[in-house]
Amino acid sequence: MPGAIYAEGLVKTFGEVRALDGVDLDVPEGTVLGLLGPNGAGKTTAVRCLTTLLTPDSGRAFVAGIDVLKHPNEVRRSIGLSGQFAAVDEYLTGRENLQMVGQLYQMKAKEAKVRAGELLDRFNLADAADRPSKTYSGGMRRRLDLAAALVVSPPVMFMDEPTTGLDPRNRQQLWEVIEELVSGGTTLLLTTQYLEEADHLAHDICVVDHGRVIARGTADQLKARTGGERVEVVVHEREHIATASEVLRGLGKGEVTVAEHTRKLTVPVTGGAKLLAEVIRELDTRGIEIDDIGLRRPTLDDVFISLTGHVAALEDEDEGTKEAGK
Amino acid sequence: MILFGVIQPVMFVVLFTYVFGGSINIPGAPGGSASAYKEFLMAGIFAQTVTFATAGAGAGIADDMHKGLIDRFRSLPMARGAVLTGRTLADLVQTAVTLAVLALVALIVGWRTHENLGKVLAGFGLLLLLGYAFTWIGALIGLSVRTPEAATSGGLIWLFPLTFISNAFVPVNGMPRFLQYIAEWNPFSATVAAARELFGNTIEGVPKSVTGAWPMEHPVLASLIWSVIIIVAFRTLAVRKYRSAT
Repeated sequence: MPGAIYAEGLVKTFGEVRALDGVDLDVPEGTVLGLLGPNGAGKTTAVRCLTTLLTPDSGRAFVAGIDVLKHPNEVRRSIGLSGQFAAVDEYLTGRENLQMVGQLYQMKAKEAKVRAGELLDRFNLADAADRPSKTYSGGMRRRLDLAAALVVSPPVMFMDEPTTGLDPRNRQQLWEVIEELVSGGTTLLLTTQYLEEADHLAHDICVVDHGRVIARGTADQLKARTGGERVEVVVHEREHIATASEVLRGLGKGEVTVAEHTRKLTVPVTGGAKLLAEVIRELDTRGIEIDDIGLRRPTLDDVFISLTGHVAALEDEDEGTKEAGK
Repeated sequence: MILFGVIQPVMFVVLFTYVFGGSINIPGAPGGSASAYKEFLMAGIFAQTVTFATAGAGAGIADDMHKGLIDRFRSLPMARGAVLTGRTLADLVQTAVTLAVLALVALIVGWRTHENLGKVLAGFGLLLLLGYAFTWIGALIGLSVRTPEAATSGGLIWLFPLTFISNAFVPVNGMPRFLQYIAEWNPFSATVAAARELFGNTIEGVPKSVTGAWPMEHPVLASLIWSVIIIVAFRTLAVRKYRSAT
């Protein structure tokens, strides 16, 4: 039984660029999949294929059990999409925007009006409801856009970089809305460049780069793949490096890496805090003075670097939209 | 938007009437050439004005594409042609308003019709139909380019040769032979000639056609046919483009 969002071998090329190069996805109902990758990785293209905006060159996709290629209009009834841009009509007020979307989903005028009112309250837009949306701040537009995607309470939601360009407070607010949504049983596919965001919101994460899924699993599984926990020690005296290295080799579970000029030693370990205490005792016994010591868990940034060989956030800002636009 | 849409054609009316009007001699025109030119000119200005709606339609659609609004609509369960049809009809209303204001200004500077109300309204009907046809060209341009700026200039540039190599501002008699053929087969000329005929603004000394082109002999029918062809062709292309818009 395929999940609420299912894709098999999706390929989409724009001229020379293979934006999607055989992507498989399977999102069980009621869960959140985070599609994590730098700009230009193919995240937006994947979302556009799954939401019927683009026709893939090959591959199959099902959303809410419906074949995306064969019955796109039925798919459109079951999904909500919040894209990279706040897609709201600037000349209409917030309320009018939501009513229009409701009526385009074939709701009755009165029903659409009631629903618009509910959503405006829920997204803290009630005060600005009757102002043209071009007077809204970036965060407000984003919330209005998300509200528009939720007009019919679709069982499957797609959000393409929902928090890009938002300040931390607005991002936090949006996260809360998303969490609430998911606790109500919505299946969500979310793309993000923020590793923290995927870690926070997603049950499963697919790391994409150059149109391929290069790793998948839970945040913990991905971190474990990068090598699990390590102990890092900074010794006070350079001449103590050799002894400290000996200690770490004895207690750790792998090779000790030494950075001579910063006097920092790192070793993979298992056993967590208990082992850390052991390391401290042993170093103390041998009279080695330390400046710093800690148990480090790999972040998703570490995961990303180890998987792709480059840092996620340092790519050209515009690449993703350009690629999607070609 | 509406204000600027009106100012430009009003300027054209005033400039052409008072600047060129005194110097352009329409052979065989009774009652002084300036007032004859005024009558001759208006159908041309009206027609040019309705075609300029192309740029507005294109810019509007390009803007909606750019801001992701088209994506939103495309992800909703609605008919594929609905957004474009709505857009072009809205532009038609705006064109109608502009045309009404312009007709008023034309009356003020001395333009008169010499046919019954039914024919005059039919003339405006043909002008609006041409304008509607051209907004579909604008829609296709808007869907094809990336930015509203490109849609505006892309929607305007070709309109200048199209509207000037025609019978709109001067009789085609004085043009080189090959331009006469182009001008008389120009879809735009057919509507100008039709409106002129329906307004009773034709001038005796100016022949219907100098090359014997069919549309000039039957301008009303030709104008209808041209506009319908443009609507069918460009609507089909625009809706196809909308479906596969990336």
